[in-house]
Amino acid sequence: MTRFSALSLFTKALGGHQSWPEQWPDAAPKPAYDAIIVGGGGHGLGAAYYLAKKYGITNVAVIEKGWIGGGNTGRNTTIIRSNYLYDESAHLYDHAVKLWDGLSQELNYNTMYSKRGVMMLAHNVHDMQSFKRHIHANRLNGVDNEWLTPQEAKAYCPPLNISSDARHPVLGAALQRRGGTARHDTVAWGYARAAAALGVDIIQNCAVTGIRRGADGAIEGVETTRGYIASKRVGVSAAGNTSVIMQMAGLDFPLESYPLQALVSEPIKPVFPCVVMSNTVHAYMSQSDKGELVIGAGTDQYVSYSQRGALHIVEHTLAAICEIFPIFRRMRMLRTWGGIVDVTPDRSPILGKTPVQGLYVNCGWGTGGFKATPGAGDLLAYTMAKDEPHRINAPFNLDRFRNGRLIDEAAAAAVAH
Amino acid sequence: MILIHCPYCDEKRAELEFAYAGEAHIARPLDPSMLSDEEWETYLFIRNNPRGRHHERWRHIHGCGRFFNAVRDTVTDKFETTYKAREPRK
Repeated sequence: MTRFSALSLFTKALGGHQSWPEQWPDAAPKPAYDAIIVGGGGHGLGAAYYLAKKYGITNVAVIEKGWIGGGNTGRNTTIIRSNYLYDESAHLYDHAVKLWDGLSQELNYNTMYSKRGVMMLAHNVHDMQSFKRHIHANRLNGVDNEWLTPQEAKAYCPPLNISSDARHPVLGAALQRRGGTARHDTVAWGYARAAAALGVDIIQNCAVTGIRRGADGAIEGVETTRGYIASKRVGVSAAGNTSVIMQMAGLDFPLESYPLQALVSEPIKPVFPCVVMSNTVHAYMSQSDKGELVIGAGTDQYVSYSQRGALHIVEHTLAAICEIFPIFRRMRMLRTWGGIVDVTPDRSPILGKTPVQGLYVNCGWGTGGFKATPGAGDLLAYTMAKDEPHRINAPFNLDRFRNGRLIDEAAAAAVAH
Repeated sequence: MILIHCPYCDEKRAELEFAYAGEAHIARPLDPSMLSDEEWETYLFIRNNPRGRHHERWRHIHGCGRFFNAVRDTVTDKFETTYKAREPRK
């Protein structure tokens, strides 16, 4: 692996950039590993990287049924924030935001993490009260979040329409300055490259077809389309397909998979400096470095694995965007797509052990998993290495649906995640 | 947008007229006070979430307003059939 630096860039430029080696080898499965990660998205690749880097387990395989980063990692709207209400969530998401800082340097790969700020608009009295409550709760947990008046919000994000006769007047906004965006593909590629350099095998086009358990019930390995692979430790990080994988191990999960759509406009010059979300009007938007407006909203209404959704959901989203930002009314949209998100009953993830010895899970991130990528990877790696959850992910166990200790962020954070 | 056949109105209408209402045939416990934590978990939270044939409830909210059941393939989103509530699982 060539280390990226000004010098390596210069040297390769002399040869017309023809001599760059492949960034990581396309591995074929070995008969056995110390640990297997199912799912080659950002979360899974991150877990493999941290297993090798922090916990010294380098004989690891990441198995991915398609190509790495081709699932939800490549389909999200790349928003990063940690302004969650409850202590457990604030610690979990802020752990990830802290890791985003410095991730490019650590991986020697530019993830383009841009702390451009995430602004949540308040359109009514309820929003104002609820956001102020969030701000106070966040600050008690050491998470930055501040209240802006409409004028301050407009100064931070000039395209905002704050006139009092707007259909959805802006009464103020909550701003998390450390929030922002990152380039989603580079997160997967960066982790893959760094993990492979430490000895991790990244195996693509290899779908899991079964999970083999021993006489004592513990994990023995996974059946795949490329043969049987043995391992005493298997971490499942398969997003929308988690229920399917878990049923192979005989476990029923509290998950439902829904399509979540996003869309981008034609590229335009930089006009939109931050991420703006409106939970009440139900849409959010940012501008990518390429100049496209990146837009998203809520899920489709029914359970599906189709990776596409209905047009009326997109229509509803765009109607909301046009109301808040009339200047974008004549923009043309270029592409729309869908990803399948796994949603838990309390809209918080499940990250930890399962009733099956040696089987670990990282799922249920629903519509907001991208922001947690480094944190989820790190915590899944910790849990797999120590066979016990880290104190940050301990509350996000599977037992909470039995003992009732739910982390009900759904009600607290309205719709956007 | 998918088209859905309402078994009460006996008409195929756009998805916009309907509200999805989750997995079908989840029986409400007859004696809730006797349920164990595990049974409550199964009733409230555990879902089939299959990749393929899915039994689900829909409500014709902007039509007759009634709940009915459907079988849909979750990979293609194609409806296999819809049938009235109380009819046995298809």
